[in-house]
Amino acid sequence: MWESFGFEFVNFYFIPGLVLGCIYALGAIGITLTFGILRFANFAHGEVMMTGAYVTWTIMAITGALFGWALHPLIAAIPSIFLMILVFFVVDRFFYKPFRKAPTIKVVMASFGMMLVIRSLVQILWGPNQITFVRGIAKPNGFIRELTGSLDMMILVPNKHFLIMAGTVVIVILLGYLLTSTRIGKAMRAVSDSPDLALVTGIDVEVVIRATWIVGGACAVAAGVFLAMDIQMLETTMGFRMLLPMFAAAILGGIGKPYGAVLGGLVIGLAEELSSYPWIGDSPLLSPGYKSGVAFSIMIVMLIVRPSGLFKGRTF
Amino acid sequence: MDQLIGYFLYFCSLLAVGGIYSLIALGLNVQWGFAGLFNVGIAGFVSIGAYTYALLTTDTSPLHYGGLGLPLAVGIVAAMIASGLISAIIGVICIRLRSDYLAIATIGIAEIIKLVLKNNSEITNGPRGINKIPRLWENFTEERFYNDWPMSWFASAETWQSIFSSLPRWWWQPCFALSIIIAVYVVYKLLEKLRLSPWGRMMTAIRENEPAAHAAGKNVTGRRIEAFILGSMIMGLAGAVLAMHLRLIEPTNTFDPSKLTFLVWVMLIAGGSGNNRGAILGSFLIWVIWSASEIVINVGIDVIGDFTNIHVGILSTRAGYLRMLLIGLLLQYILQKYPLGILPESRPTASSKT
Amino acid sequence: MNTDTPTLELKDITAGYGESEILHGINLKVKPGEIVAIIGPNGAGKSTAIKAILGLLNITKGSVLLDGNDITDTPPDRVVTKGISYVPQTHNVFVNLSVQENLEMGAWTRTDGIPERLDEMFTLFPDLREKRRQAAGSLSGGQRQMVAMAKALMVDAKVLLLDEPTAGLSPKYRGEIFSTIQDINSSGVPILIVEQNAKQALGCANRGYVLVEGTNRYEGTGKELLDDREVARMFLGGGE
Repeated sequence: MWESFGFEFVNFYFIPGLVLGCIYALGAIGITLTFGILRFANFAHGEVMMTGAYVTWTIMAITGALFGWALHPLIAAIPSIFLMILVFFVVDRFFYKPFRKAPTIKVVMASFGMMLVIRSLVQILWGPNQITFVRGIAKPNGFIRELTGSLDMMILVPNKHFLIMAGTVVIVILLGYLLTSTRIGKAMRAVSDSPDLALVTGIDVEVVIRATWIVGGACAVAAGVFLAMDIQMLETTMGFRMLLPMFAAAILGGIGKPYGAVLGGLVIGLAEELSSYPWIGDSPLLSPGYKSGVAFSIMIVMLIVRPSGLFKGRTF
Repeated sequence: MDQLIGYFLYFCSLLAVGGIYSLIALGLNVQWGFAGLFNVGIAGFVSIGAYTYALLTTDTSPLHYGGLGLPLAVGIVAAMIASGLISAIIGVICIRLRSDYLAIATIGIAEIIKLVLKNNSEITNGPRGINKIPRLWENFTEERFYNDWPMSWFASAETWQSIFSSLPRWWWQPCFALSIIIAVYVVYKLLEKLRLSPWGRMMTAIRENEPAAHAAGKNVTGRRIEAFILGSMIMGLAGAVLAMHLRLIEPTNTFDPSKLTFLVWVMLIAGGSGNNRGAILGSFLIWVIWSASEIVINVGIDVIGDFTNIHVGILSTRAGYLRMLLIGLLLQYILQKYPLGILPESRPTASSKT
Repeated sequence: MNTDTPTLELKDITAGYGESEILHGINLKVKPGEIVAIIGPNGAGKSTAIKAILGLLNITKGSVLLDGNDITDTPPDRVVTKGISYVPQTHNVFVNLSVQENLEMGAWTRTDGIPERLDEMFTLFPDLREKRRQAAGSLSGGQRQMVAMAKALMVDAKVLLLDEPTAGLSPKYRGEIFSTIQDINSSGVPILIVEQNAKQALGCANRGYVLVEGTNRYEGTGKELLDDREVARMFLGGGE
């Protein structure tokens, strides 16, 4: 059974689906928090993901050239996170804040414009061509292969995938702690629940907004770096390609519900990968060219059937 | 003299492309200005129009379906119908969504349309696209047109050939540009009539105060779908004209949403959303800025290349993105400082408080 | 501090939303330790008066004074730090947060003494102590109202504003709310209530104001207004 079905299914469809799902999940966390607390769909989120990955690579390249260090992407990602949070602050202050009290459509248009501004900046600074992020072919992790092989269910997981999944778990646990056990986290949930009530309760909404950008930014950079690790390269359309599935994940999980975003991301990632599995007969259920349509279809169905999402988030 | 002709032809192409963008902007204005629909999937509807026109009017080809060689007029009308049909289906499903969600949904739809065009290679020749699309006026010089009716009624093939060889090679360009301007004018006039008609006034009422309109028993959703379809049909028309202008279309780069969708939105907002005249003005204005910036940047690159050691090649590839960056910043500036655009809307009815 | 200075005062307030004017020069005072009720027909501007205090709408003329200090232009989130606690009529709890978390948010502007105040609130509202970990949205209307009030009392309020606290509640809870209001007041906190339920409100208030169409119509002690024939005819006929 494992030989004929399980091996191929788990290693080439299921696990890649989980990995993709983790990336979507992390990106969707930022989107759902922004949607819930700032009340708008931030179209520039994908570009921040991508820029975070580019900056990480640049840090790796510079430290490699100057000091001969071979920094691991996850280490180089840390200064990148700080930088991108700063970028978020600047963008918010100059381009989003003026529309805090205006109709939502204005800030959505502004974020659409920022999407292109940021992408163009990256294209100017780093050029439009693909850049190799990590060289070489990813070999399966030996320990896991041995362990599962001895159980007759061999699982091949390249280190990079293992790191991505483990990293996502760590981030989600930290996020959960933040939201349930810290004062600022509870305030974030409160503002997401009812910004008007938060205002008259005396909660400083601008502080909460800043916290949202910090958490969202950190998750976005993590998602971007993980994506770069996965496909082992950088390109300027990376962010936009992820945008639709991330929105779909946030909507699927319920706007404003971070755990929902995580679940939504995993579901969509798995759905995308599993859609090209030959469930019936020999050819893929869905032609791989249409993979990106899967996320969109799930989203449309959710919007029509149950707009509040799985975890009963906000409906506008 | 040749240089003058060069400038003249450049001017014609500015008019032509500006006109195409004007058409798209007018279509978008029906959706946004009349009905308040935030459509970010413009590129999708334009591409449907373009492909429909192309498939119907190009010559038979082993690479793709169609190639029926139908008259251009049929192709244009079919383009509008195709766009309208697809938008009708989408509209019925999505029209009730709030603006953020509608934006996301329309982006998704444009993506799906692109995927369909890219993947169905037997029909559309996939990523390689369709070429040799007949261009109005220029098509008269092609053999398959003057050999056939109606041109063959007026003169024989040889007569046509000698007429065309006596004209300057570029004779069709001003004719083409003029035709587009006329089309823009006609659409503009029709839309203005529509705006002042009972339907138009109802749309204004819905946009100003939707709950009141609902309470008065108006079928808000139905009207919105109508606006959506009408706007898409105009975009389909623009798509057909775009296909004519380019003569070669393919699914990914021709209809690049960052240029097509985004630029048109900047045009509409700059010109004055809700405003047909503003749509046209904004289109030409932004298009001129876009084209002119290309020249300015190229000149700048040459200057920099002369004074420094930076390789001109690298500069020029990256400079293209500089234009997009500046337009993006321009949009932010306009959104904050001139939210009503250059030509604020003039309301036909009495003023109401916002 | 001069004990004659009212804790809260509205002087000749003209205010409204955008361009429409709802309050046309009203006056009211809450003296230290008092319970003051605002009653009147729907649309009289009762809730608007409260929102004017909080800075939630446009004040074109007049001033709002807290302990004699002008707070007319203070934005809503600063108003709490100055000592005004507000319980809105609807959406007055964070439905997705637990009862305890709601109270913790109420204490946002406090720097210390939070655990002690929490304990005090749970003693004042014993039902809430056993439901402290439940989501506030899952409680009944009356219990939710209690959470809202406890939340507002997590800070050392100089004055408490209640907007229609018994709206939509069963008679049992209505009675409980009014007795809770009197308990709170007995600890020294002045309270301003806007109420539809005129009879019970005037019954527990020291003084009352009757607002009609955005202006002061009647004024007097609770008993005076209850006994007044005009007031009785207008408002007290239909209620229980």
